[in-house]
Formats: sequence, C-alpha cells, structure tokens
Amino acid sequence: MERIEVQKVQKWLDMLKDQSVYLHLETTNGAYASHFDNKGINVGAYIRNAKVRYTQAKIIGDGTSFRVGLKMELGWIYAEGLTHWTIHENDQLLLAGHDQEGRLAVALQISERPFAHQGNTL
Amino acid sequence: MEKHVVIIFPHPDDESFGTAGSIIKFRQQNIPVTFLCGTLGEMGRNMGKQIFANRETLPMIRKQELAAVGKLLDMDIHLLGYQDKTLEFEDRQEVAEHIKEILNKIKPSLVITHYPGYAVHPDHDAIGAAAIEAVRLMDPEERPTVWAQAISTNYQEELGKPDVIHDVRDIFDQKMEAILTHRSQAEGMLKEINGHLQLAKEDKENLKRRLGLEQFYIWEYHD
Repeated sequence: MERIEVQKVQKWLDMLKDQSVYLHLETTNGAYASHFDNKGINVGAYIRNAKVRYTQAKIIGDGTSFRVGLKMELGWIYAEGLTHWTIHENDQLLLAGHDQEGRLAVALQISERPFAHQGNTL
Repeated sequence: MEKHVVIIFPHPDDESFGTAGSIIKFRQQNIPVTFLCGTLGEMGRNMGKQIFANRETLPMIRKQELAAVGKLLDMDIHLLGYQDKTLEFEDRQEVAEHIKEILNKIKPSLVITHYPGYAVHPDHDAIGAAAIEAVRLMDPEERPTVWAQAISTNYQEELGKPDVIHDVRDIFDQKMEAILTHRSQAEGMLKEINGHLQLAKEDKENLKRRLGLEQFYIWEYHD
C-alpha cells in the first residue's frame, strides 16, 4: 500500500458514490493485546460485504493520518487513523491505518463487487 | 513410537510458534505429520515490516507461506476452510464432525491441539474444544492420544506441570526458520542490522526462553 494521497482517494470515493457498493470496515488492537501488553481488553469490530449507498464522501487529515466520512440516507460511515491506500484488482478501493510497527489498526474498503469471501479465494 | 501425528490449530504460524520443534523431531524419526489448519489467518493485522500485504492479499500470501513451511518441515497441510476470528461462532458439533471425518481417514496415533480455555485467542480455544470433541466422538478403541497446548500466562498455576515437555532449544534455529517463513506475520520481530533484516541476538535469546520448550497436557477422557 502507498501513503494516502488525498486527491486521488477523494476521486475514488466520488466515483463510488450514489450506487450500491460493498463495504469492509474494521478496527482492531489485536487478539493478543491483553495477553502481551496488559492493555486490559482486546477491542475490535469488523463488517465485511455490507451493502450500502452513500451520497457524499470526504477524506480529511493532517498529512499523516486521515479520516473518512460517508453520508448515507439514514446515517454515517466513519473511519479514522487511515494512513495507506491502494487499488486492489483494478477496482477495489482499500484504505488502511497502520501503527508504527506496520500492523493494521483500521481498514475501510469500498467496492462495486463483493470482497472475496473465503471459498472464493481458496 | 508414534504412527502419524495430526496437529490441529486455527492459523498458519500457530504450528511453527507452538510445535515446530516437535514436528522436526517427529520427522527425524520418519513419523508422518499432518497439519489441519482451521483458517488462513486472513484477519491478521501483521502485514509485514515494510507492509507488503493488505487485507485482500493477506489470505493468498499466508496460504503460500504455509505451503512453504509445509515443505520446509516436510509435513502435509490440510486447510479446514473456516474464516479467521469466526471459529467460536461456528456450530461446535459441526466442526467436531468435520475434524472427526478427517481423523478417521488419517488414523493418527497422536493429535496435538490447543488447550481450550487456556489458549488466549478465541479461535485457539474454539478449535481446541472442537478437536477434543472430535476425538471423543471416535470409537474409544480407535482414539488417538490428545496433547493439549496451553499458552495463557497463568496456565501452569492452574493446570500444574505439563505432562509432556519437549526441549527444542538444540534445534531452535530450525524452529526460527519455520516461524520466519511466515514472513508477513514474523518479519516484525526482525531488526535492520548492517542493512539487512535480522533477528537480533538478544531477541533470539528472549524467544528461546519463551518458545524453547514445547509443552503439552495429555487430555483425559472420562466418558
């Protein structure tokens, strides 16, 4: 993945708006957070291939890490801490935030077609 | 001597961190080893020290890393096809039946899995419980021995001294080679020394203390 370039990502966010898209959203502090670092609890959530439609999208940040907000008819989709982006297989927008050790802490991905489900990838 | 050893863990790399030394020693005695790997670890957050993987490429990368470890340790790999992080939400009986079918074909003399409740990661606890149930469902005459591996920080206090202790420090470099073959997951342990990513001496000693003994409890069935 590459460091986020706001204008390029904004262009993709706009291209994918006003239509049904598949969304992958996750955040995690790792399955071993409480085991290794005594950080109390493991925190994480993900949703894969949620079908959504957004009408407005913005990426905003300070040059190091970025926030994305997607406005839907009845609510919002939000992610913060995004640092990297890439286009997977020509058409899937992947955004991710990595910590200093390069570990993924947050991901927001949008695609016109469903993200691979295990079974498809095997 | 064992006839065939089946290792049942949920993620590519669990076999290397937990049992690579034991696998190497079994193979030295020409005992076949099969790894039933529950998922591809596709929700892992390690993407390589220089971030060469992403959420969508990680499954294939980890699958290739696992195949390379299979070759390195000369063991068979069988993918069970579950989704990372979801094993505990699957129907345990179904997973147990699935594993039992495979065990009935392989007819191992020994099964190694995680000790449910003492394996830290929910996928570890879930596959350990399903594997132990799978063996319970077998004809008592045909059941392999089950070794359960605990990894929680408190396990010795609660479970006592493990029944089986494999000291693998004499082949620790080989164990580390297996671990590091899971490059996307293990590269973070390396440091840049003289322009190359390497395992620092003090880190290796530390890992040797943590991973140099592979310890197991023999599961007792009371049915």
